[in-house]
Parts: sequence; structure tokens; C-alpha cells
Amino acid sequence: MNQARPEFELGKDLVGLEGLSRLTITGILDTAEPFKEISERAIKKVPVLRGKTIVNLFFEPSTRTRISFEFAEKRLGADTVNISSSGSSVVKGETLVDTARNLEAMRIDMVVIRHSSSGAASFLADRIPSNVINAGDGQHEHPTQALLDMLTIRDRLGRIEGLKVCIVGDIVHSRVARSNIFGLRALGAEVAVCGPRSLIPHGIEELGVESFYHIEDAIEWADALNILRLQLERMKTGFIPSLREYNRVFGVTRARLAKAPRETVILHPGPINRGVEIDSAVADGPQSVILPQVTNGVAVRMAVLYLLAGGVPGGGAEAAKQEIA
Amino acid sequence: MNRPLLLRGGRVVDPSQDLDGPADVLVREGRIEAVGNDITGPDDATVLDASGQVVAPGLIDVHVHLREPGGEHKETIHTGSHAALAGGFTTVWAMPNTDPPIDDPAAVGYLRLAARAARGTQVMPIGAASIGQKGERMTEIGGLVKAGAVAVSDDGAPVWDTGLMRRLLEYTQTFGIPVLQHAEDVALAGGVMNEGVVATALGLRGLPNAAESCIVARDIQLVELTGGHLHVCHVSARQSVEQLRMAKEKGLTVTSEVTPHHLSLTDEMCRGYNTEAKVNPPLRTEDDVEAVTQALLDGVIDIIATDHAPHTYEEKEQEFDYAPFGINGLETAFGLSMRALVQTGRLSLSGLIDRMSCNPARIMGLESGTLRPGAPADIVVLDPDERWTVDPADFRSRSRNTPIAGWELIGRVNHTLVAGEIRFERN
Repeated sequence: MNQARPEFELGKDLVGLEGLSRLTITGILDTAEPFKEISERAIKKVPVLRGKTIVNLFFEPSTRTRISFEFAEKRLGADTVNISSSGSSVVKGETLVDTARNLEAMRIDMVVIRHSSSGAASFLADRIPSNVINAGDGQHEHPTQALLDMLTIRDRLGRIEGLKVCIVGDIVHSRVARSNIFGLRALGAEVAVCGPRSLIPHGIEELGVESFYHIEDAIEWADALNILRLQLERMKTGFIPSLREYNRVFGVTRARLAKAPRETVILHPGPINRGVEIDSAVADGPQSVILPQVTNGVAVRMAVLYLLAGGVPGGGAEAAKQEIA
Repeated sequence: MNRPLLLRGGRVVDPSQDLDGPADVLVREGRIEAVGNDITGPDDATVLDASGQVVAPGLIDVHVHLREPGGEHKETIHTGSHAALAGGFTTVWAMPNTDPPIDDPAAVGYLRLAARAARGTQVMPIGAASIGQKGERMTEIGGLVKAGAVAVSDDGAPVWDTGLMRRLLEYTQTFGIPVLQHAEDVALAGGVMNEGVVATALGLRGLPNAAESCIVARDIQLVELTGGHLHVCHVSARQSVEQLRMAKEKGLTVTSEVTPHHLSLTDEMCRGYNTEAKVNPPLRTEDDVEAVTQALLDGVIDIIATDHAPHTYEEKEQEFDYAPFGINGLETAFGLSMRALVQTGRLSLSGLIDRMSCNPARIMGLESGTLRPGAPADIVVLDPDERWTVDPADFRSRSRNTPIAGWELIGRVNHTLVAGEIRFERN
């Protein structure tokens, strides 16, 4: 049954894209392709994960990621439980590892974790035998977001290799940025970041990334812009003076985008602050793939769940297709 | 203690007297009586066979956290002072950032009593520099000194207020004690590891070198203004070294220390969210390790100190953001320093003893740190060639937090004598 190509190496968990090979990442994206179609059916359900129990352990508020995972799990037939930090034993002082071990004792198969601390997903993955999927850990990684971003770019431009992708905004605090940097570089894209110097982390060039401090330069350079949400608390902590100022200097506006030498693809992981990092005309315009990103998110998460549960990857998209037919 | 003690047949390494060669050491009434060849002690002398071993002045650590009162689950005066003995230390200076802080004379007195009862290493209390270590009002330093405090510090936190730091450097001159500064600009702090590519990849908030060096630079300026004795704790950054080098060239009363871990380890140790490598100041880069090492060799940094910071397993077994800062250092300090400095050929054994015993005594004005006749018989007997593996389960410390568990080190302490009494003997 297991016809996995030997190069495809997704271990027990998906905690990040750092260190994953091109073949592994491509394998996940290829596996997502047949899953896209399931969400277009009248009856959106296949029994791939029937009988599996998945816990969505969200220590940080999340709407779209949690719902996207939940749809992916339910459409694959898994039984799911959602736990959010309010009302759970976490507030009673139970440690992360004890919470997970107790769930484990109820015989679960997978944990999807969102946590405000960098490293929380790998902390958990190292301590429990269930599969762990990182749904965002602090400022570290958000691998399924980057996978859906890459799938969406590939849908639109036909490839990743050789493309120029610029991530715009609050890079310092962004797990989406890190996962995109690791994933895109593994697939052979050129990656840049753009934002005020105060929001670009030190040492980023050592990750093989170029930095732009002018949005105009980034627009001139890039095939695709991945525009990050500007966290509103950043101005309170002094990283930028105000949202108005941010929009003035770094906002992706229609006028700025009009000067691009090509049809720049516009991505945004959401939720959008309209009129801050991106203008409505751009977010809703023809170059925007923001809603296809959301659609692809479900397919990518189905692929990851399927693969971690032992499904056949990659070029085995055929196998996945057969299994879900 | 009444019977004389003869340490026979060892190699005596005492840089304070330029000694490095075979000699016997005779101890009487808690003091060194004689050092020389073929000493025949009095008939009633106890003989300690030191053949194959090095006999050196006991190590002195001016920066440890013994956690009592308030943190007895991590360490106590008793466990900490015995961990110190096992590490070859005959004197340690205990930082005052306990709960409550050691900010009044009664607390200093309590510490001294507890230390005496523990019969471990000699524990000398450091008083808080400000009341409650809040960085606002100066403590009654005269009272603290009278009760036995040997220095003042707000370590754990910096003396942040420039005006307070100035007054401390001035006021302490009456008592001839140093101000020990944890140099960290709080406005640049807030991180959990060294700022750089590793922190960026891990998504952890960074502490830049400048958070340390800004305060080092400021405090040096204040010494130039006031003439007080500034001692900079746990120097970690290249830029701090550059400031200290300038201060030494000017002949200012500025001294400093570096820890064995900052001489040995880099921020790469934090990968995998290894909380055992979470320490403040943080482990930095190869470039910084080289800078602090060279500074120690050049005498720009005067001494090695451990910043022994015990924490429990449960406290370290957490998400990186939540785990406390600190490395348990007393029992690995000698071996780890040997590895960084002596086994690399950069420093002689004598040079290391100088920086772990003679220099601490000299810069802090202690009468130990030497085997000169008349000095207190604080002595370490060690085997510089003994290989051993760091097993935290063997620690005398109440805590086990070390990033070097499982490492093989060369050089181990076998006996520690305090005032002529054998207080530690390895089985």
C-alpha cells in the first residue's frame, strides 16, 4: 500500500516547513490537488479519515484557520473536538503537556494546535505519540498557511520555481512570513520581504531573503505580493507611528500597483485591514487571489491530514484520487 | 581543625606566587603554614595524599543564586553551598534577588547564619542595591555592610536609573565595596534569546548585543565621573568588551566577569526550543564567544564567575517563552572552563586558576585566593586530566538545569578544603 517515493519525508508531525525538501513540499501540494474537487461536490464527504479522532487545540483566538481545519477534518470523515483556551483546564494551571496527555489518554489520533508561544507545536509533538499539526505557533511557523499560499500561486502562475515572491508588512511578528520563506525557497522561488526596518527581523538575509524598505521597489520586483495583516497592537508597542502613516508609506494601493511591470498576483492571509495594508480596490481586484487562498486552505489541510494519517503522497495523487473517488 | 594537615606530593599551582611544581602544603589552625618540598609535618598531622593531583587556591565565585529565601524548591543555602564545594569553590557570593530580596541587615545576618550552619562553602551575601530591588531608592548600604554584605547589586535586573547608578557608585566608596551591575537596557530588552538569525528562524524575540553594551558604556562614563568600583556581571557581547577595553586603557576602576557558558556555547544551542540554553544575558554568536574569550586572556575581563542559576525541571519543561532564564553552573564550571580555555591551548592551567581564584580575590579584596603562608587554608585538590561525563542526576545542587548534560569534560575537583577543613571529598 505504501508506495511513497523514498524522498518524500513527512514525519509524524507537521510543525514547520523549515528543513522540508522540495519533493516533500511538492508532494503535499500535489496531494492537495484531488482534494480540491471534494469541496465542489454536493455531498462534501469522503471516508478517508473515518474513525479517526482529531482534537483542535486552540490556545489563541482563530476563526478562519480553525474553521478551515474543521471543514477539512469533517469532509474526510474524522470525528473532531474543538478546545479553546477559555473554559479549558489550561486556565486552571494545567500545563500544555498535561492537557495533551489527558486527551491522548482518551485515545485520540491527531492534534491540531494553535498557540501564542513559538515552539509550542514541536514541544507537544516531542511529547505525545499522536500526529501534531501546527496551526500557528507564536512568531515561528504556520505551515499550512504557507502551503495554501504556494498552492494558490502555483494555480495562478503555473509554477513556483524561479518566481519572485515578496512578503510585505510585519515580518518580525509573522509566522506566515517564516513558513513562506522556508517553503518558497525550498521550491526554488526568490523571496524578498518589504516593510519598515522596525518590522524586519535581524539576520533575515541569512535565511536567503532580500529586503526592501520601499513598497514601490517591491512592486517593481515581484511576481507575487503576499501582504500580511498589520497587527493593530504594533503601533502601541512603538514599531510604527500609526496606521494612517503605515498606509501612507507601505499600503498596497491601486495607484502603486498600476506601476507594476507585470500582473502582480496579490495574496493576503487574512483577515484584511482594508485601507491599512491593502486598499479595497486591490483586495477585491482582478489580481487578488485572496478568496481562492481560503478555498485552497481546506484542500491543503485535507492533504496534510490524509498524509499524516498514512496516506500515499505526492505523485501518489493518483492514489489519493482513487481512495477518495 | 586543630590537627595540622599536610597535603603531600601534589603539584602546587598558585599563580599568586608564580608557583607551578611539585610541593607539599602544610595547614595549621585553618591557615597555610608552609609550602615547600619535602615538608615533614608535625607527628600529629593528618596527611592527604595529593600525588597525581593539582593543589591550588580554592576557587572563588562572586556570582551565584542560592535562591533562599523564597526559592527553596530550586536551591537552598545548604544545597547550593555543597554544590559549590563539589565544584571546587571555597567562597561564593550570593546574589540578593531572593523573595524577599536581601535588602536589610537582618536578611544579611540570616544568610550568614544559614551559611554557617550548612558547613559548605563560605557564602558571602551581596546586598540589594535598591529597596526591594525596585531600582528606586538606595538601600541602607552601611547597615548591610556592617551585617556582612560584601557588595551591592540589583542583579536579576539592572540598575536602570542613571541617577541612582551614579549615587550608588559614589555612596559605596565609603565602604570600599563594588556595585555589581547586570547590564541590560530595559527598553531594548523583552526578548528570550540572542537577537540574530537563530531567533529569527525560531520566531523568538531577540535580545540584541546593544541591550548590554549600552548600559556598560553608560556605567563606564559614570565611573569616570564618580570614581566608584563598577563590576560588570556576565559579559556576553563583543561591543561590551570594546567598552571595557577602553575603560581598562583609561585605568578606570571597572572590573568584569564572564561565565563558563558564555565562553563555550552559542545561540545555536537554543534550536529545538531547548530551554536549558535559555539564559540572560543570552548565549550569543561565535563572534561574541571569541571576543569574550580573548578579553579574558588579555585581562580586559578579569575573572570567571558562574551566574549559577538553578531552576526546577518543571520550570524548564515549558514553552520557551515561559521557561525561566538560567543555567546551573557551579559543578560544571571548572570542567567547562578547562574545555574552553586550557584544552584549546589558549590558557595554561595556572592562568585558569588565576581567573577563577587569585583574580577574584584580588579585585574584590579578599584575603583568600592564594596559598601564601598566613592565608586562609581555602584549597582545592583537582585532577586536570580526569575525564568525566556531566550527569545532572549527580549534582549536589537541588536543580539539574544544564545545557551540557552528557558532555564529557576533562578536569575534575576531588577535594575542597575550607579554612583547613576537608569539606568535600569525591567518592
